[in-house]
Amino acid sequence: MKKLIAAGVVAALLSGVAPASAATQIDFWHAFTGRLGELLDEQVAKFNASQTDYTVVATNKGNYSETLNAGIAAFRAGEQPDILQVFEVGTATMMAAKGAIKPVYEVMAESGLPFDQSVYLAAVAGYYTTTEGQMLSLPYNSSTPVLYVNKDALKAAGLDPEMDLSTWEQVGTALDALKAAGNKCPLTTAWQSWVHLENLSAYHNVPFATKENGFAGVDTELTFNGDVQVKHIDTLGQWAKDGKFIYSGRRNEGGAPFRAGECALFTESSAGYAGVKKEATFDFAIRPLPYWSSVEGAPQNTIIGGASLWVMQGQTPEEYKGVAAFFNFLSSSDIQAKWHQDTGYLPITMAAYEATKASGFYEANPGTDISIIQMTGKAPTANSKGLRLGSFDQIRGIIDEELEGVWNGSKTAKDALDSAVSRGNELLRRFEQANR
Amino acid sequence: MEKRVVFDNRWLPYLLVAPQLLVTFVFFFWPAGQAIYQSAFIPDPFGLKTQFVGFGNFEYLFGNRYYRESFLTTAVFSVLVTISAMSFALWLAVLADRVIKGSSAYRTLLIWPYAVAPAIAGVLWLFMFNPFTGIIAWMLSQMGYVWNHNLDGGQAMALVVAASAWKQISYNFLFFLAGLQAIPKSVIEAAAIDGASFWRRFWTIVFPLLSPTTFFLLVVNIIYAFFDTFGVIHTITQGGPQQSTTILVYKVFADGFVGQDLGSSAAQSVVLLVLVGILTVVQFRFIERRVHY
Repeated sequence: MKKLIAAGVVAALLSGVAPASAATQIDFWHAFTGRLGELLDEQVAKFNASQTDYTVVATNKGNYSETLNAGIAAFRAGEQPDILQVFEVGTATMMAAKGAIKPVYEVMAESGLPFDQSVYLAAVAGYYTTTEGQMLSLPYNSSTPVLYVNKDALKAAGLDPEMDLSTWEQVGTALDALKAAGNKCPLTTAWQSWVHLENLSAYHNVPFATKENGFAGVDTELTFNGDVQVKHIDTLGQWAKDGKFIYSGRRNEGGAPFRAGECALFTESSAGYAGVKKEATFDFAIRPLPYWSSVEGAPQNTIIGGASLWVMQGQTPEEYKGVAAFFNFLSSSDIQAKWHQDTGYLPITMAAYEATKASGFYEANPGTDISIIQMTGKAPTANSKGLRLGSFDQIRGIIDEELEGVWNGSKTAKDALDSAVSRGNELLRRFEQANR
Repeated sequence: MEKRVVFDNRWLPYLLVAPQLLVTFVFFFWPAGQAIYQSAFIPDPFGLKTQFVGFGNFEYLFGNRYYRESFLTTAVFSVLVTISAMSFALWLAVLADRVIKGSSAYRTLLIWPYAVAPAIAGVLWLFMFNPFTGIIAWMLSQMGYVWNHNLDGGQAMALVVAASAWKQISYNFLFFLAGLQAIPKSVIEAAAIDGASFWRRFWTIVFPLLSPTTFFLLVVNIIYAFFDTFGVIHTITQGGPQQSTTILVYKVFADGFVGQDLGSSAAQSVVLLVLVGILTVVQFRFIERRVHY
């Protein structure tokens, strides 16, 4: 453990070495590699070319967890970057670290640059604002779960490829037909906790945890063992037993068999669009995430996943000014519209959405606007604003474990969710103790 | 007669061992001391504030059923890795020892896997056993056996054991082969003339004479299974399904770096420290006595 911290510190020190120049350097640590990393670098290069006062230096620090750890280790060593990309489950950790972060609304106010919080999509920005509505971190990449449909597979099972799949009841009928027609993978999912518990709860307007899902305090307790959640997991468990729901792994392992045409239905992040479009050799469609029509008030709205940009404490006012300028640049409508269209992530401003709409992108790529409609259809409630829970990365791990127990038939849905709630609550109490 | 070199200067010996002592202090005693110190606190991840809890972290740990189960998982895992890595290596070494033509080529090939980093080894095995796309998983399904280590704890354990042991076989092989070649041929030939079969020669002569090597490897392999298999587990199972492959070291990582709970993580490091201390004492006090040098 010590060694890992030391390695983080060394890495932090090394990255601090950069060519000297007249412009103020802004360090930006992120977790993007591959195509997303290229697109991020492109944004940074554009910003650097657009003015001469600041140079943003973007550095990849590994995956989301590693980036957060690098940021923490660097902060402890006094070598923190100006901007740190943190995934949504790390939000509570960052928020609780009041001495380590500088809220975005403060950075913007001090810079004197124009900053209007109302231009951001409420459903996206809401995840990263206080209960008083002040923005703590800048939403960067956000997505929401949708249903991907392999139309050819539906056709092969004698179903109408355009059939309505907006409720789980209808999905159930489709799965019966697919199974009867010999389909080996009628339904699979990515990010099971995010899609089938976190979003399920928000979408049906039931609490995932007390205290407004943790927004109103760290003394929150998990409540995702309610009737709606138990019924849903129980149904999925039954489907798993019948070979209609195939469990493919904790992350997005299900993407490969879906893109290869083996799976008929796939619940995954809207950001999976680019990959499906690139690889799928079959006719596919994007549909809204299904809901249970038997639950009153459903569908509410879904919540986001992804990451936001946090500003760290302990930098010079000049650097904060640069950060503010960079954030303004990132929020501008053409940068956002391009980001949204290239990646499948949600645009963070309404203007970027309108610009994309006007450009005819949604007609050319049907289904890409479903995520936005699904998120903005109704005004978010206390249950559907998002989640703010400490140790949430680990709680998700616990949920994964317990759900795996349901999929392999060793636990009932009720037992698994009860156990996940009590184990998760233990971690929440530890977090509360550490952040009192 | 005893041969002894005596230093004239009183301080020279201390000066000569000083670099080694310094390294030991900086890289072992200091971090270990820090871990012990931190185990009495619950800090926040950024080190902004911290609370003294005494033995609270240990109470929390041992009150947790999953932590207690992790000891059993670690024991099962270590024993399986050690036994399979050592027995396969011994078998290969005995075979390689008997090969006359092209023996150096065989040996070189057998040593290769040791150069593979644990994380890479994990990924390699994961590719072969991926329930959807892995070639071996596919072959198994052709034979009517469903392979899904994402759901089946036993299969997950088998896979991480296989990957971890595979990596260590080369190392063990190298030592076993050297050990075998150091056994005087005359002893074995004498037994052969007396009419002892190969197996009898092996069990009554070769194996006992090999015991120093075996003992050394036993220690090394258990330590390996305890600490160095992290990369394999991280890439293949992340400790799942349902904690069935969460060994103690993996839990230190998961609590400290995924959960940012540094107090609990430090307490676990201390527990590991004590555990390995006890294991080493047991090995040297009780097993070493039965080793013939």
